[in-house]
Order: sequence, then structure tokens, then C-alpha cells
Amino acid sequence: MSTMDLDRAWDLHPQVSVRPEPFGALLYHFGTRKLSFLKDRRLLTAVQSLADATSAREAFLAAGIREAELPRYGRALATLAHSSMVVGRTS
Amino acid sequence: MKTTAHGSPRLVDLFEYGLDAPICLTWELTYACNLSCSHCLSSSGRRDPRELSTAEAKAVIAELEAMQVFYVNIGGGEPTVRPDFFELLDYATSHHVGVKFSTNGVRITPEVAERLARNDYVDVQISLDGATADVNDAVRGAGSYATAIRAMENLAEAGLKNFKLSVVCTRHNIPQLDAFKALADRYGAQLRLTRLRPSGRGADVWDELHPLPGQQRELYDWLVAHGETVLTGDSFFHLSAFGEALLGLNLCGAGRVVCLIDPVGDVYACPFAIHDEFLAGNVREPLGFAGVWRGSELFRRLRVPQNGGSCSSCAFYDTCKGGCMAAKFFTGLPLDGPDPECVQGYGEQLLAQRPARSHLPRSAVDHSHRTTPATRSKPVDLTLVRRREDLDGAPVSDCAEHPLAGLRFP
Repeated sequence: MSTMDLDRAWDLHPQVSVRPEPFGALLYHFGTRKLSFLKDRRLLTAVQSLADATSAREAFLAAGIREAELPRYGRALATLAHSSMVVGRTS
Repeated sequence: MKTTAHGSPRLVDLFEYGLDAPICLTWELTYACNLSCSHCLSSSGRRDPRELSTAEAKAVIAELEAMQVFYVNIGGGEPTVRPDFFELLDYATSHHVGVKFSTNGVRITPEVAERLARNDYVDVQISLDGATADVNDAVRGAGSYATAIRAMENLAEAGLKNFKLSVVCTRHNIPQLDAFKALADRYGAQLRLTRLRPSGRGADVWDELHPLPGQQRELYDWLVAHGETVLTGDSFFHLSAFGEALLGLNLCGAGRVVCLIDPVGDVYACPFAIHDEFLAGNVREPLGFAGVWRGSELFRRLRVPQNGGSCSSCAFYDTCKGGCMAAKFFTGLPLDGPDPECVQGYGEQLLAQRPARSHLPRSAVDHSHRTTPATRSKPVDLTLVRRREDLDGAPVSDCAEHPLAGLRFP
């Protein structure tokens, strides 16, 4: 898995739908028809705020994820990027 | 509950407790079908007069949108023979409910294929159970291979990428796995392999058609070798007991993450379980589909970790979870024991002792074509009686309009 650039801006892919669940959330990509999961609510909060944050790091910290946890959450985001659930944002 | 390296529970364990809404569900739009496949899991053929109307179907779609059900697997019967099929398809996709539909290809003309290729939220599955006409038509009926191939040609020609070629694995087509893959590749399609279930008419042919023990191993090795390039609808998790778990949830999702809505609106735990034992309710009830999904007593019972029963002591129970509930039920095996196709051989032992076919559970729902006329083996006895005067005239009801109704002239 590639390392994730946490200092750039990301967004959910426009064809991805997010459904909150008690354990986190389900993600479905209508383009690739793939299903994915977010395993905790803080990750869900972070993913939902990606569009309005200047960087992934900012979204993570605002969601209550601690500095020490960033590598683990970064890997989760990398998995999502790998399956095109989240995409880089330039504006 | 098992946990991952990070100490959080595995998703598959959480799913055993069910979700607030299904991830996806199967919706059979009609029992009508132009074919009479010998293994049809819904015993389809003739339309049921009680099938959901267009308005009722749209109300279900609105509920699915509100519940954020991502997509529905539409089937039947042959769903495309419903006159409102495309109206419902467009309605679903414009309401954020994706559609995957299974068809034998009968209505996939070049025009229809073009229309489907234009909708990003539609996925098509062409059903074919033999890579050659002889193997396919023996199960699905004469001419059905040609129909499916023509449909695939039309879809490929229209530019629909990555539609699915959907195969039910049988004793006769397991030797054709490579040929199916080649066929799918030829039309730019993706191969989808699913398991033959002893459901519906499948119960009548399961003994003759289900893959032999050696073929199960062949199938497992083939699936492992082809990984993500082949879809399985999570259908073969009982094979995970061969070793490495197959891709997918490896969990019986019945009533937990999936369910079935049948053409008359009945909600069953899964598409392979059309039987009163697994009937949770009907979408026509006051609280609709959501009420059934959330409130059904049956679903509540299914949303607990399975009891391994006689499988608990098996080293492979954690990967196969005892296999398929419907396969056990319709072959007369206990639900808390091994799958009839248990790869460790425990199912075979039980099958050998099972009751006669006439004592096995059978669905009361059967819309099969009546392919043979009723036989009349002897003359019909008539009993001659005297005319009854009170039944002589036309029947009279309270709202009879004719002023002379009921008046008898001497």
C-alpha cells in the first residue's frame, strides 16, 4: 500500500454513497460497484469532512483523531484511495 | 467475538447482528418467465395476479432510497417481461438505488442494449449455465443458449462494459470453467459463478446436478487462482473450509445484510429460502418494507451469532460457518449442522440418512408452467338430481337492479 499524502486535500468520489452504521459506515461506489467499510465513527466524521478541509491531516485532527493515530488512519485513507472511494482534490 | 490486530471487532462478526438496512437485496419483479429452467430457485413460470403494481413497486423504491439501500438485484422470473420494467429501472436509478438485473436475454435487443449502456447505475447479468449449447439447453431449455449469446453480442456492440455472465455451477459445467471465462472475455463481460441451491425446482434436480466432491475442490482451486477477476456473490463460503478463505464476507447474510422481496411483496430472509419458515412479512403491511426489515421476529432470531451445533468442534467452522441455511433446510438437514456439500464430508454422511424426498420441506409457492395438460384417466361420474326451483332463476343479490328480479311466474 502506498503511503498517503496527508497534507494534501482529498474528497469523496462523486459516485460514492456513504451510509452511517453503528460500527462506522458502509461506502458504495456506483462506478466501480465496490463496497467498502469504515470501521469507526471518527473515521466517518473525518471522511465526511474531507471536502471542506484543506488537508486530510486537518480533517483527521478535527474528527478527534490523535497525532499518534495518524499513521493508522492514513493507511485506512490509502486503502480508500486505492479503490477510488476518495480522490485527490485540487481546489 | 474475534478481534483484529487493532483490538476492534471483525466486521463479519458485527454483521452477524444485522444492519439497520440491507446492504443490497434481491427483488424478484415477476414470477412470469419465458423459460422453465429445471433448477429455477423461485419455481417461476406464470405471472401471479397479486404481483406488486407499478405504484406499489415505486413506493418500495422510495423506501429503499430512504434506507440508503445502495442497489437491488432484480430478478424473477424474467423481469424484463414486465411491461413497466424500464419505467421501474429508471425510477430506481434516478432515486439513487442502483440496479443489477438478471435476465435470460430474451428482451435484450440492440435498442434495449443501447439504452442500458447509457445508464451508469445499471448492471446487467446474463444467465447461462453451459459454455456450450448442449450443456446449457439441457438445464435452461432449447434455444436459451442462442438467446443469451445474442444478448451478449448486443450488449457488447452497444458498448456496455463489464456486464456479467452469470453461471450456476453444476456437475456438467464445472469442466467448462475456462471456457466460460473465455466466453466472458470475448464480450468484455465479467464472469460470475454462483452455487446451485436445492431451492424451488432446484430441489427436484439437485441430487443429479450438484457438483461432485472432487469438482468442489476443482472449483475452489479455480476460484483461488482467479481471485478478484471472477465474482461469486459470496456464494461459495462453504468451500473456504478447503483452506484459505475465499474473497467476500464468508457469512450467511440472510435477514442480516440481505433479503428477498418476491413479486407479491413477500419478504423472505434470502432469495434461496422461499418457504413459510423464512417469511418475514410483506411490503404491503402498514409499516412497509422498513417495518418488516426492522421489526420481523424471524429476522431478529437470525441476527445472533450462529450456533455451530454439531459443527462447533470442527477446525474449519470459523471459515465456513456451517455453510448455507437454505441448502440445509431444503435437503432436510438440521440448520445447526453441516452444509450438505460440506467439503469435510460431514454433509454426505447426513444426506445418506435423510428422509425420503416426499418428507423434505417444500415451498408452497410454485408458479411453474403447466407443461402437461391435466390427465383424465377415467370417465367423470355425474349424479343426476331433480331440478331445484330456488336455484332456477338468475342469482339475486341485494343490489339487483332489475325490478322483476326474483319474481317467479307460476
